[in-house]
Amino acid sequence: MRNLFRYIISRTLMTIPMVLILLTVIFVVLRLMPGDPVSAMLGGHAPEKVIEQKREQLGLNRPMHIQYADYLWKICHLDLGESMVLQQEVTETITEKLPATIELTFFGMLITLVLGIFLGAYAADKRRTMRDSAIRLYGIVVYCIPVYWLGLMLQLVFGIWLDWLPIAGRTGPRIFPSDFERTGFYLLDTLLMRDWSSFGDVLIHLVLPAFTLGLTLSGIFVRLTRANMLDVLKADYILAAESRGIDHGKVVYGHALKNAFIPILTMMGLQVALLMAGAILTESTFSWPGMGRLLLERIYLRDYPTIQGVIIVFALLVAFISLLVDIIYAVVDPRIRY
Amino acid sequence: MNPGDTILKIQDLHVEFPINIGTVRAVQGVNLELKKGEVMGLVGESGCGKSTLGFSILRLLRPPGRIAGGSIVYRGQDIVKMGRKDLLALRGSKIAMIFQDPLTSLNPLCSIGEHFVETLTTHERSIGRREALERSGKMLESLGIACDRLREYPHQMSGGMRQRIMIGLALIMNPDLLIADEPTTALDVVVEAQFLDLLGDLKNRFNLTIILITHNLGNVAQLADRITVMYGGAMAEVAPAGSLFDRPLHPYTRGLLASIPNIKLDQPKLMTMPGSPPDLVNPPGGCVFHPRCPLSIDLCPTQRPPVFSLDGHLVSCWLYRDSS
Repeated sequence: MRNLFRYIISRTLMTIPMVLILLTVIFVVLRLMPGDPVSAMLGGHAPEKVIEQKREQLGLNRPMHIQYADYLWKICHLDLGESMVLQQEVTETITEKLPATIELTFFGMLITLVLGIFLGAYAADKRRTMRDSAIRLYGIVVYCIPVYWLGLMLQLVFGIWLDWLPIAGRTGPRIFPSDFERTGFYLLDTLLMRDWSSFGDVLIHLVLPAFTLGLTLSGIFVRLTRANMLDVLKADYILAAESRGIDHGKVVYGHALKNAFIPILTMMGLQVALLMAGAILTESTFSWPGMGRLLLERIYLRDYPTIQGVIIVFALLVAFISLLVDIIYAVVDPRIRY
Repeated sequence: MNPGDTILKIQDLHVEFPINIGTVRAVQGVNLELKKGEVMGLVGESGCGKSTLGFSILRLLRPPGRIAGGSIVYRGQDIVKMGRKDLLALRGSKIAMIFQDPLTSLNPLCSIGEHFVETLTTHERSIGRREALERSGKMLESLGIACDRLREYPHQMSGGMRQRIMIGLALIMNPDLLIADEPTTALDVVVEAQFLDLLGDLKNRFNLTIILITHNLGNVAQLADRITVMYGGAMAEVAPAGSLFDRPLHPYTRGLLASIPNIKLDQPKLMTMPGSPPDLVNPPGGCVFHPRCPLSIDLCPTQRPPVFSLDGHLVSCWLYRDSS
């Protein structure tokens, strides 16, 4: 247990250089890109003098290394700075948008895991049957479909033709999130307030975006789970368990799946980055007011501090989840000790 | 049931594995009768169908393997025709099995205790976790393992210990038939000898009937009352252990015995049998052994030999057509 604690500390410390390197790269790349916040704000026809004035005001006229040092200094004080295009603290903007993204990615991942792992395990158990082939086909097709296209198709089918589900936003027009904002996680908020009609509204708004994200990523998990399960099902302890009279279902979904889960867990850690990328596209498709859409908007506006802030938060999320995965390893597998 | 009563009767068993190049006929018409309390050794080369035969008794054949015909009657019930529920109740409780490789026969993510508890609660719904652990602890101690090791995981145990745990798991429900599929192959010689001693000891203590599947004739010599020699998915010879070693009848049995290195003889080279085991997709016609048989006669390639009974031996060879 003490070793695990030490491991967590050392992993956490390791994220610091990681974030620093990432930050430096983003800082430089953003400034090498054509255009800057001033030209994005004022357009190309503003008088030279106004542009100069604005640049001075934002500190963009200073040499790049001075700007960098200044930014790092602020970061060390946990200050992400102020947006260059709006009168907003970056930290504030992010705290407002982050819950939306976490809510979306959490449910997306949940759908991915449940579908991917269950279908994969089922296919492995029924290997070389029609059902197995159907599931494998599903895995490949879903893996190939671009997120936004799937999003558009789901919107078309379930939102327009069938008119079952809303296709944009986190809430309907009659609901005012400002009334129930506590944590920013609307499902949690409405649940805590026992406001069931709002809860239902929030939930149905989540369905299509979460499925879009979840289905796309489930393909790779179906294939991964199936492949791992096929290996595990060949193991002697599976046969041994069956020889002791333990029900086949229990052997497959208990003994075997638990063992197949370890490589799946690794994949989960690695897929978080992909999940974030998927979230950006999904959020754009569904006008989901989260980090992804924020990032996209601010890239158009060349809002350097906000872009940097969003990317740091994404990086920290990925680092945090891979640490979590490592801890789960130790819980699931008695052979792994830190 | 008295000693000497028939406990298991296999009749004309056929096992097939349909694969893309044809059908592997892994077991072709085997007959076997097992008496209560005896140890039956099942020997033969790799691929002769001895393990497949063992697995079919518990219907544990991996797909696409299937029993294509015949019957396996255990105490009046035909296992081949048994329903799923009865089969599950039989496995592990009446007929238990231990496997070749103790290192991989335990789930690495479950503690030893969990293995025992799961087995016990599967067969005795009313048993509580504590009672199950208590009984498992006693079982471990009787096998020479401290009961506090129930909390440990397979990777914390040595190979010999894991094999003893496997046998503990097999015997925890007090089965009356134990199928041991090459139980000592993965162990070193010293542990192997200890394990065989233990098996003999347990046989008396639990009043077990054992099918010992092995390719090591030394193993069976030590333990078995009767020995069945299999070749190419069929039975070559069945005989009491002593008599088989003293006076083997089937040419294959003779070859097998001759290829055991003997320290007393000054052999410059190991004796080997020419040829290799038969292709079971397209087995040779007539007697499966005839292409390798030094004593083959003109009848052998054309007709499959029936079983002849001679001096307590059952032998499937044309050489004895006039003797029985």
